[in-house]
Amino acid sequence: MEVASLNQLKPAALPLPRLRAATEESPYVRWTLILISVGFLGLFLFVPLAAVFAEAMRKGWGAYLASFSDPDCLSAIRLTLLVTAIAVPLNLVFGLAASWAIAKFDFRGKSLLITLIDLPFAVSPVVSGLIYVLVFGMQGWLGPWLGEHGIQIVFAVPGIVLATIFVTFPFVAREVIPLMQEQGAEEEQAAVTLGASGWQTFFRVTLPNVKWAVLYGVILSNARAMGEFGAVSVVSGHIRGRTNTMPLHVEVLYNEYNFVAAFAVASLLALLALVTLALKTFVEWKLNDHLGAA
Amino acid sequence: MAAYSIPSTCSNSKNLGDTSQGKKKKLQMTKLRQRRVLPGFGLTMGYTVLYLSLIVLVPLVALFLRAAGLGWSEFWEAATSPRVLASYRLTFSTALIAAIINAVFGFLVAWTLVRYRFPGRRMMDAMVDLPFALPTAVSGIALTAVYSQNGWIGQYLEPLGVKVAFTPLGIIVAMTFIGLPFVVRTLQPAIADLEREAEEAAASLGASRWQTFIKVIVPSVLPALLTGFALSLARAIGEYGSVVFISGNMPMRTEITSLLIISKLEQYDYAGAAAVAVMMLVVSFALLLAINLVQRLSGRRYQGGV
Repeated sequence: MEVASLNQLKPAALPLPRLRAATEESPYVRWTLILISVGFLGLFLFVPLAAVFAEAMRKGWGAYLASFSDPDCLSAIRLTLLVTAIAVPLNLVFGLAASWAIAKFDFRGKSLLITLIDLPFAVSPVVSGLIYVLVFGMQGWLGPWLGEHGIQIVFAVPGIVLATIFVTFPFVAREVIPLMQEQGAEEEQAAVTLGASGWQTFFRVTLPNVKWAVLYGVILSNARAMGEFGAVSVVSGHIRGRTNTMPLHVEVLYNEYNFVAAFAVASLLALLALVTLALKTFVEWKLNDHLGAA
Repeated sequence: MAAYSIPSTCSNSKNLGDTSQGKKKKLQMTKLRQRRVLPGFGLTMGYTVLYLSLIVLVPLVALFLRAAGLGWSEFWEAATSPRVLASYRLTFSTALIAAIINAVFGFLVAWTLVRYRFPGRRMMDAMVDLPFALPTAVSGIALTAVYSQNGWIGQYLEPLGVKVAFTPLGIIVAMTFIGLPFVVRTLQPAIADLEREAEEAAASLGASRWQTFIKVIVPSVLPALLTGFALSLARAIGEYGSVVFISGNMPMRTEITSLLIISKLEQYDYAGAAAVAVMMLVVSFALLLAINLVQRLSGRRYQGGV
């Protein structure tokens, strides 16, 4: 804008080419950059995603749908839903408790606690599974004792649940803590001073204020819980129809060269990913709205 | 990080159960001290610490103790045998290349998404998170299908003599896929926060657009770029699901460290697996520390996607 007005001041200005702001790139550069970005994302994101559905449909709808009538496939779907239904609510309760303690009170070692909560994100998936094998496996700390009492944790469903809880551990907490910290504790103090109980304050004041952040964390942990592969693979034991989750079942089918079935199950997981992205975008929009209004 | 001023400072939990106490006492307390009004510190803090210890801390300590149980020389032998060393070399070099690719193209994508308006931009923005949302096993088999000899892309590379699937190149492709969102998501807010005034000043002082980019824009987003690069590197080093299908898994040649841990476990070499896992953990903790340092020095906190 300012460049334009300066040029108008010059009396003998030659007819200039179309003006653009000094902080913008020329259209050629701009469109080249856009094309490279779109091309890169297309090549790395869209092509593999499209390949999942194309491979699943390679032999038509009949073969695609037939893949889901396999009892092992159905039990994998059931197990995935069961594990998610246990792990996500547990981490939700933890995330809310941790947020309340961290955001509403001051204590020593707070930043250490936040770092420790984030720790599972720094641990690679395979190691996340391995640590439970070392605690609960037959060669592990508690293994012999558990064996005597006939309790099996690793290579069984409880191990899968534990590994899933570990990999989704920080999601809710890390979304809610910063928001609660920003909001402070004044509203809660007002509620308590007016005679509300702690639970009333939490459910009627705190929770409505952070609901979108909570939902955001739940969506992310849900996606990760259903899709986790590395950590679950280590603790599962790969017993068909019993300890295979959906991602593990995909691996089994793929290694048996049953590609259509493998990609059919994978396409369900890919759909889940697309739904997750859509919900996430929607909640992000709500969250910005909420923050903008505050 | 913004300075959070939290008015309620409950340093001891003794006075926190005030709701259960008489109304009189509560009134007195609110008069005396505004802080210590909120209940529940003992309960939530206790639960947080207990849950954190049971799920995260105790199992991680178990890992370190198992590795320590080997004794120093045995530990070193297990963690640096030729096959293990080959896996470190492969994992770190491919992860480094992938992180560099992501730093370059992630910058470009973030810049395009923040600064330009074009049809399909919002959808592209949402799709950047696909590698987070797509289960890694699905990405793994999809990438393998695309890059294998008769795959959509692989069939055009094959005549050129470029093999991607079942070579280190395939590992780089998978690691690039998985690490991309980290760079884009850390850079986007940094680019959006750039002050146009600085760019205008540079331009009015006679700098070309390219000079402005190199001398003004890049230095101000450098902390975010470094953070994104380190996050993407850390993720690539630990990645398993998306890599294991495309890598071919030949010992000494295309066997990544994560897979090596699994094969040690399958041979019941628990201590050996623990030793290699400790090495991996040390590296990822070091990266985490480096990220924190960058953020502290630059005075900002980047969340970096999920």
